[in-house]
Amino acid sequence: MSEQIIWLTFFLLASFVGVEVISKVSSTLHTPLMSGANAIHGVILVGAIVVAGAADSTGELIAGLVAVVLASINMVGGFVVTDRMLIMFSRRRAVEGKPKRAELER
Amino acid sequence: MIPVWAQLAYLLAAICFIVALRGLSSPRTARRGNLIGAAGAIIACVTVVVSSDLDHLLAIVAGVLVGATIGTIGAYRVQMTQMPQMVALFNGVGGGAAAIVALLELSELAANESSSVVELIAVGFTVVVGSLSFAGSVITFLKLQELMPTRPITFPGYPVAYALGLSAALGLGVVLVLYPSIVIGILLALAGAALGVLLVLPVDGADVPIVISLLNAFTGLTVAASGYLLQNTLLLVAGTLVGAAGTLLTLLMANAMGRSVFNILFGALRGGSTLGSTTVSDRPVRSASPEDVAILLGYAERVIIVPGYGLAVAQAQHTLRELVDELQARGITVDYAIHPVAGRMPGHMNVLLAEAQVPYEQLREMDDIDAEFKQADVALVVGANDVVNPAAETSPGAPIYGMPILHANWARQVIFLKRSMRPGFAGIENELLYQPTTTLLFGDAKESLSKVLGGVKDLKVA
Repeated sequence: MSEQIIWLTFFLLASFVGVEVISKVSSTLHTPLMSGANAIHGVILVGAIVVAGAADSTGELIAGLVAVVLASINMVGGFVVTDRMLIMFSRRRAVEGKPKRAELER
Repeated sequence: MIPVWAQLAYLLAAICFIVALRGLSSPRTARRGNLIGAAGAIIACVTVVVSSDLDHLLAIVAGVLVGATIGTIGAYRVQMTQMPQMVALFNGVGGGAAAIVALLELSELAANESSSVVELIAVGFTVVVGSLSFAGSVITFLKLQELMPTRPITFPGYPVAYALGLSAALGLGVVLVLYPSIVIGILLALAGAALGVLLVLPVDGADVPIVISLLNAFTGLTVAASGYLLQNTLLLVAGTLVGAAGTLLTLLMANAMGRSVFNILFGALRGGSTLGSTTVSDRPVRSASPEDVAILLGYAERVIIVPGYGLAVAQAQHTLRELVDELQARGITVDYAIHPVAGRMPGHMNVLLAEAQVPYEQLREMDDIDAEFKQADVALVVGANDVVNPAAETSPGAPIYGMPILHANWARQVIFLKRSMRPGFAGIENELLYQPTTTLLFGDAKESLSKVLGGVKDLKVA
């Protein structure tokens, strides 16, 4: 199997997985899901680190470091803002869940 | 060559991302899903730093710290109403990073003669789409932040400009594959950025969230292409996952709004209905003072609130909650009817009301509460319009025809808090406004609500 075909296989299989895992999402979660997916593509940081680490001129290094900074903003900011949204959802559930626990203790 | 242990670590990170997306699509596991995703990202970053032979390590770590600090501060500072534009910015910088990575790879490929056609196509794709995503996200940010007009912007030569931009990008792409050079790469990035601006300009402010989701999917694909370039399976898999999931999510969001993605992107160009939405109708309506509204609410037994886009814009969710608390203190049953696309993006209203600490039980989904409008004394529509517009059921020609709506018209009285008589983003008249049972209260939602709140409190004293 040629190398290109292996990459194509990865690509197609990952596409199906991507569609399958979110196919049952409720509209309530569209916003956090989008934000979480956004954070995941921040993993371009790995690529930015690789090219910055291989830079052999000052110009390349500066460009690489800009990419590192931008990618880190994407990744870290993305996960943090998603968590902020989801904390609100879970805080609400905690309010809803508490009386039940109290009932059990009784 | 990447060592075996590092490849296994990347595989683990990829699995984390899959589990994260799966977790994020169910309310119970969403937060854990996001944390698993973050864990995957940390595994990936540690792996790349330890396993590769990197120069400039100190500078890189400093860069990561700077970016992480900016990202964290941004994420904590942002108001929940402004969150869509924050996500747009995060997405844009990701696209920009992918474009820069591809340009640096290009300078490597251009230096040695052995580059393959597929690699150069991947470079071209990443540069164009990455810069498109960056520029498009900046424009969406400016629109949502209202730093530029939210109305669709078009100009006479628009289709020509678009065609020019597109052919420039394609032509430069072909040149890049034949004669790879960094200059062509930079020109390609400029063409991509121009396309990004042109893509978002004609989109209506209310539709921008769907465009953010689309650009999000685009950025995912550029990350996948960079994964191929750098021979890194994690980037390929993670990027593809986001590309595929983001595309599906875009379609789901557009569906919930009863719009097609094509219509959203190009509707304004065809002189579609969105352009008509600035026209103000002069048909007679019944408007009332805040005191009248307070009386209607104060002596009701059952009130259903329909919050929408205008509530988010006016940041009136806290005042609304105070009003509801006051009504409940008077023994009135109050619920919120949440339309799936209310707010600035699907699910946004849930986030906003959760922030105002509205108890979960009061937030009722559309299918669950719709029938109860028949028993309601008052339906209070705050800054919403299209989600209660009967035209979605009665006029087959309307852009929103077929979108499920909340039947506020079934309630005995309907009160609209509106800024003006301007129609909603779909640009169609709302018959509900002219119904004999409908009362309008004009003004900024936050001010109106606090005046009504004052009115209800006065009732109590009397």
